[in-house]
Amino acid sequence: MTDGEILIDVKGVAKHFGDGETRVDALRDVDLQVRAGEVIALLGPSGSGKTTLLNVIGCILAPSAGKVTLDGETVFDGQWLRRDLRRLRLDKIGFIFQTHNLLPFLTAEENVAVVLDLAGWSVEKGRARAGDLLGYLEVDHRAAAKPALLSGGEAQRVAIARALANRPRIILADEPTAALDGKRAGLVMDLLRKLAVEQEACIVTVTHDEKIFDRFDRLIHLRDGRLADA
Amino acid sequence: MNLALKDIRHGLFRFVLTCFGLGLLMTVVLSMIGIYNGLVADALAVVKAPAADVWVVESGTMGPFAEASNIPLTTRDAVARMPGVAEAGAINFQNIEAAHAGASLRLYVIGYEPEHPGGPQRIAEGRGIGTSHFELVADRKTGLLTGETIRLGRNRFVVVGLVEGAMNAGGDPAVYVTLSDAMALQTELDPAAQRVQAARGVVSVKSASVAAVIARMAPGADVDLLAATVRQWKHLAALTQAEQEEILLSSVVDLARRQIGLFLGILLSVSAVVIALIIYTMTMEKLKQIATLKLIGAPDRTIVALIVQQALILGASGWGIGLVLILTVKDYFPRRVVLEPFNAMVLAGIIFAVCIAASGLGVRAAMKVDPATALGS
Repeated sequence: MTDGEILIDVKGVAKHFGDGETRVDALRDVDLQVRAGEVIALLGPSGSGKTTLLNVIGCILAPSAGKVTLDGETVFDGQWLRRDLRRLRLDKIGFIFQTHNLLPFLTAEENVAVVLDLAGWSVEKGRARAGDLLGYLEVDHRAAAKPALLSGGEAQRVAIARALANRPRIILADEPTAALDGKRAGLVMDLLRKLAVEQEACIVTVTHDEKIFDRFDRLIHLRDGRLADA
Repeated sequence: MNLALKDIRHGLFRFVLTCFGLGLLMTVVLSMIGIYNGLVADALAVVKAPAADVWVVESGTMGPFAEASNIPLTTRDAVARMPGVAEAGAINFQNIEAAHAGASLRLYVIGYEPEHPGGPQRIAEGRGIGTSHFELVADRKTGLLTGETIRLGRNRFVVVGLVEGAMNAGGDPAVYVTLSDAMALQTELDPAAQRVQAARGVVSVKSASVAAVIARMAPGADVDLLAATVRQWKHLAALTQAEQEEILLSSVVDLARRQIGLFLGILLSVSAVVIALIIYTMTMEKLKQIATLKLIGAPDRTIVALIVQQALILGASGWGIGLVLILTVKDYFPRRVVLEPFNAMVLAGIIFAVCIAASGLGVRAAMKVDPATALGS
């Protein structure tokens, strides 16, 4: 574990769906802290609560109980404390998806710049930042290409650039290497680690990919909605 | 960054094709509006042409356009002498089939007295009738040209002038001839029939009746008073211009007008459903992208703008294409297609409302999308 500041602080978080006989407890009394520079993996069988926990941290899903603090700001304590959760996500959280989810009608550069446009950056600054990120991720030669023309690795790097565009300190990745071969998966994880250190960000990844387990600082196992070990 | 335009540019061919399809639908809607207007305009054209204030017709009839009306020619002099009447003219109407350029031409013959009201208002080409016999002024839709001749009844007439927009309620183009020629056309038998009648000892008597007498009032004269005075004569009836127009619309073309009106209503409803379906489908196809936008922090206004802008661009393009197409082809319709700027504006308003309503359905679906659906798939 690094000594960086705590960026994610989840305390006593529970989440259940339905009531009575149909009640399903997806998360039970979960405590988790992730520090700046850390890269952690959420592991567990299907239905163990990994994605639910990722959604809670990503402010997509309201917990049934508990407290969530992101980048020093308590965002949930029995209820959402921020009205505009999308702005919160825009400012604090970057998402990397299993299937990159780039917008098909935008070029690679525009896919990165759109986040900055939403954040209120000027067009020129947004394009410059997008260009820098694509260059950093060595995919700037494909800046004008639409996602359909990108290879899997290129598309994933553009998606990473998009996740980093607004300099979020929390990056949530859902199976980011699922569509990549072993070598590329390792490269992507090395890249994420490097970014986490350089940007003083933390990365929480849901993955089943055993080939990349050695790239994480911590492996968090979930079973029946509880943290099994850390 | 305008996401709506970026998305349109991405699928430009498909979008243009959709706009073109919608444009064709709008062409049909606009053509039906034009046909409806044309029907009404055609019906009123022949009534409005003489610019009369009062129509004096046979008692117990609703005038020459709704049913047969025969009154003595001398009625014109009697009406002309009445207080408040500036001028009066006798007028006659009949449909005939004439052969021209190897084809049969259906014509609406209007007989009038050249020195009196009842003739064409404006000669578009050539001149008005200048002699007592065998000259005619034709509507352009007849296909006749100035200087051409055409046989009507037993005589050949020279086309001396052309007018525009003169036709009866059925859309038959009009030709103007002198009243005496029109009356001869009405009563003269062909030579063979005349010989038979002569052999039987029947003396041919030319009727001196006309369909109506029209009166133009002096400035400030009371139209209703004149009509009421005429009605006191047992053998005559009088209709004001407004009454004559009302009879035409409520009686002669009423069924056709309602038929087209109803069809237009159905067509507009179908168009509204089609537009709504296109916009809704366009939105549903983008739900995954909308979920992604929500997840990365796009506010509702960005998503609403994406849907509404595309809907309005689609609607405006369809309307524009429809308008251009109908303006290009309207003169090829067999009957008049009359489109007023007001009609196009009303349709634009309807399309705008439909697009906004359809966008509302799409926006509703988009607002319900859970950003989490962008994850893990």
